[in-house]
Amino acid sequence: MARAATTADAFNAVAEPRRRQILDVLVGGERPVNDLVGLLGLAQPQVSKHLRVLREVGVVDVRDEGRQRLYRLNGHALKPIHDWVKNYERSWSERFDRLDVVLEDLKQKEEGDGGRDE
Amino acid sequence: MVDVTSSGTATVTLPTDEQILITREFDAPKHLVYKAWTTPELVKRWWNAKRGEVTIAEIDLRVGGMWRYVMVADGGFEVAFHGEYREIVPNERIVSTEVYEGIPDAEEHAALNTLTLTEVDGRTTLTVLVEHPTKEGRDAHINSGMEAGMQDAMDLLEQVAISLR
Repeated sequence: MARAATTADAFNAVAEPRRRQILDVLVGGERPVNDLVGLLGLAQPQVSKHLRVLREVGVVDVRDEGRQRLYRLNGHALKPIHDWVKNYERSWSERFDRLDVVLEDLKQKEEGDGGRDE
Repeated sequence: MVDVTSSGTATVTLPTDEQILITREFDAPKHLVYKAWTTPELVKRWWNAKRGEVTIAEIDLRVGGMWRYVMVADGGFEVAFHGEYREIVPNERIVSTEVYEGIPDAEEHAALNTLTLTEVDGRTTLTVLVEHPTKEGRDAHINSGMEAGMQDAMDLLEQVAISLR
């Protein structure tokens, strides 16, 4: 797989700590940019820059309401990350399902021996 | 009692940027889980998940001893891991390094894995804590094939995954 540009996917968009902070705030609901500036203690140009990256990968949506621009989280854009963790979890689950079978064999063998074999 | 006798789901959490914690309960006493974890012929039966065949499982179970597992995945390619045992408490705890041989400077990127087994009423809770020493190692080990920095995303994920439900 070719390497994507630094900010081209959700994984990278959220790799930056400040951008994760923005998303943490937006998990709580829609916010105007000024709220984010205040909560994060960053200058507005920096916040806007981060928001632009998040918008480019679709993790954040924006709409205008009156004179305000309101930003909100789009959780579905984070699904690739969610899926990746699930895949990791699944491979361990499959491994452990097999371990269950091995353990069942060991338990039966132990009972057959009339006690612990070691 | 919660029924977890049949296949269960491994729980994966991310306590810090550098750590992965895998947890699973087994319907067996811990000395048997330990045996399945440390006996080569048994490891060959389960470590492959459903993704291939474990062709080599070498275990020199003593502090300073080495382990090495090789799996031929269903796609035909081979993946190999090895490491060194650092701490061994029979039936309870194993601390070992884990090196994925498929990456450059693999040794520098070794993870430290801590297995713990806790038994209650004949059932065993198994945890594996995977700790990565450096961001580079962590990224190389966990994010192989992914963009660097992905592990950082995991912090966020724990909070945001909830919003996906």
